[in-house]
Amino acid sequence: MTGAEIREAVVDILSDIAPDEDLSNLDEEVAFRDQLELDSMDFLDIVMELRKRYRVQIPEEDYPELISMRSTVKYLEPRMQDIPKK
Amino acid sequence: MYDTIIIGAGMSGLAAGIRLAMFDRRVCILEQHTTIGGLNSYYRQNRRNYDVGLHAVTNFTPKGARRGPLARVLRQLRIAWDELQLVPQTRSTIRFPDTALDFSNDFELFASEVERAFPSQGDGLRRLVAELADYEHFTESRWRGSARQWVQRFLDDPLLIEMIFCPLLYYGSARENDMELGQFSIMFRSIFLEGLARPAAGVRVILKRLVRKYKSVGGELRLRGAVRRIAVRNGAVDKVVLEDGRELETRSVLSSAGWPETLALCDEAGRPDSPPVGALSFIESISILDTQPAALGHDQTIVFFNDSPEFHYERPDDLADLRSGVVCSPNNFAYDEPLDEGVVRITALANYGRWAALDERAYRSEKNRWYHQMVGSAVRFVPDFRNAVVDHDMFTPTTIRHYTRRAAGAVYGAPDKRYDGTTHLKNLFLCGTDQGFVGIVGATVSGISVANRYLLKEEGRRKREE
Repeated sequence: MTGAEIREAVVDILSDIAPDEDLSNLDEEVAFRDQLELDSMDFLDIVMELRKRYRVQIPEEDYPELISMRSTVKYLEPRMQDIPKK
Repeated sequence: MYDTIIIGAGMSGLAAGIRLAMFDRRVCILEQHTTIGGLNSYYRQNRRNYDVGLHAVTNFTPKGARRGPLARVLRQLRIAWDELQLVPQTRSTIRFPDTALDFSNDFELFASEVERAFPSQGDGLRRLVAELADYEHFTESRWRGSARQWVQRFLDDPLLIEMIFCPLLYYGSARENDMELGQFSIMFRSIFLEGLARPAAGVRVILKRLVRKYKSVGGELRLRGAVRRIAVRNGAVDKVVLEDGRELETRSVLSSAGWPETLALCDEAGRPDSPPVGALSFIESISILDTQPAALGHDQTIVFFNDSPEFHYERPDDLADLRSGVVCSPNNFAYDEPLDEGVVRITALANYGRWAALDERAYRSEKNRWYHQMVGSAVRFVPDFRNAVVDHDMFTPTTIRHYTRRAAGAVYGAPDKRYDGTTHLKNLFLCGTDQGFVGIVGATVSGISVANRYLLKEEGRRKREE
């Protein structure tokens, strides 16, 4: 998957986790936590969905990498480059 | 081989089950009863639907609210707000001799009531509320401190303090007369700052939604699946043995059966001494009326009453204690259409041991006698509805024990909570009442958070496999 495809996959996961949030104007740089009403339980869901959908394993010490869209995509790119888009 | 066996299909077990099954864990919920719900359930009798358990959902926040436990639970379970069909309360009251304080889901009503009845205490109440906003940052030792002592830093009118504690203790305290500060902060927020609500068709709406969700994500539910024994090997659960002799293999167990109750199921090897079981149980009457309670002048959702300035939240020596009680009319929520029939539920403190010692004939006669006494006590504080009663039912601490297997019928569980949800076995965890969260939303928070922490996260998994 390309960076753009990974971004799309993350948006898709966010829309399932927080269906009431408007995701069309997500700022790439700003922490998810500061622009969406997400708590640590919801971050777990991002990780669990990535695992369920793409078999990507993210160890707990890496959770801070998922702070914003930019950092999430950057973290996932090397780990998902060989995974085909769904 | 299951990934997790969950004991108990109540709110916490179902919520945990949804979380685990949603992420492809192989999960089985074992429920000893013939139906779901546990401490909050329902039944049908004489062609009528009855609810048992809490009178209302606490922690209510309106549709669109993004913060608070209800919003968090709905997000975690991926259930839409509308699906629970919650309708807010109208207005409730705490009624002591000569003084009453009304409250609703708008905290300002309660604050103004306190200022009216206790002019010197209004500022203190606001400072108390401001401090509670930080409750999630309380340290554990502070969390376990006495709520009564803490409240005295803000309020000094003993009557007001009793009146504030009355609904909070009745709706969730496993301890006599006081609660831990952490419990107080949760209960205060859930009742006074968030609020009360109920689906028009009762608690079954919520339970059925949870079960449907659980099954839709692949969870397995076994009713009449009582556990006889949790077999232990090398400090871990080896397998779960059912009453009918079947043996189930599993990697982990999450029990909502209660801490002493769960311990009693475990093999003795390495088992700690049983903690004390809860002292507090209740009787509850349900009266069906041939009219709406409002037609008799009773339009309050819940009335917490106490007939003297001092409130005694403790196990009575007698079968029950009718000095105080809780009157709930499920009719008095802000529905679009009134319910078909009038209903009044009354709850009072009771002594499990006294009820359990009665033979069957005495039990039946005491049940009848106390029904009438209890209603007689309540109509000192609400309009007399006795001439409108067309049917009634009553449950006692032994009923609770029978259907929930909760030791001593203690609906709020053991007085000492296991906040971290761990046990003496590395793959056995606790959720529900004895993990420390009460109420319908609280119980689901408990199931979700323990499942997340120990059964979904990698760290929790590693810890179990060490």
